[in-house]
Amino acid sequence: MIHLQLFARYRETLGVEHEQIPWRDDFRDLRSLRDALVQRGAAWQVLDETQLMCARNQTMCSLDETLEDGDEIAFFPPVTGG
Amino acid sequence: MGIVVQNASFDPGQMLNQLHASQLGIGAVVSFVGYVRDFNEGREVAGMLLEHYPGMTEKALQAITEEAAERWPLLGIEVLHRVGHLAPGEPIVFVGVSSAHRQAAFDACHFVIDYLKTRAPFWKKENTPEGSAWVEARETDESALARWQ
Repeated sequence: MIHLQLFARYRETLGVEHEQIPWRDDFRDLRSLRDALVQRGAAWQVLDETQLMCARNQTMCSLDETLEDGDEIAFFPPVTGG
Repeated sequence: MGIVVQNASFDPGQMLNQLHASQLGIGAVVSFVGYVRDFNEGREVAGMLLEHYPGMTEKALQAITEEAAERWPLLGIEVLHRVGHLAPGEPIVFVGVSSAHRQAAFDACHFVIDYLKTRAPFWKKENTPEGSAWVEARETDESALARWQ
């Protein structure tokens, strides 16, 4: 199971704050998860933008980061705090 | 070292005093306070909503302050960031650093706010006369990091 979290514009556009995604054998890295989500349909293509940021188990990482069953994965637009 | 994420407002003066109160070896305290402006990109701003990623926010701020403490000889660091609804004029963020001498305090404070701007999971949504809109990240925030790398 992957514990997916979305924030800010992505959360609003997709109407999804968090979701449990059953583990798939073709999940390799965060990019493979992102690609699977984008294939869900039009609205999900928002995750295909180049400025997308992500975190694995609450630490920022790249889409090349290895994905493991049980991970908490977050996708979000560039941060704007401070 | 202190990390606080809260809805409530805060008194920057009180934060400064706290930083200095603890140790007599402190010769310098440098702070940064960020406030909500009443305009942005030419639009009036009536207020904003600050969203964050509970859990990761605290971890990210902790990592940033720990890195600052490794790079400079600091005697204290305090970071407070607000979330939720904020009105123009209200403080959003406080970064305060203390050290024996000023240069370390200046540099560490600058480093912490530059990193926070691009590495801590906060997102601003502004209320304007045309409706509410997510604030876009600035490229200058990302390039500000370059000086520390």
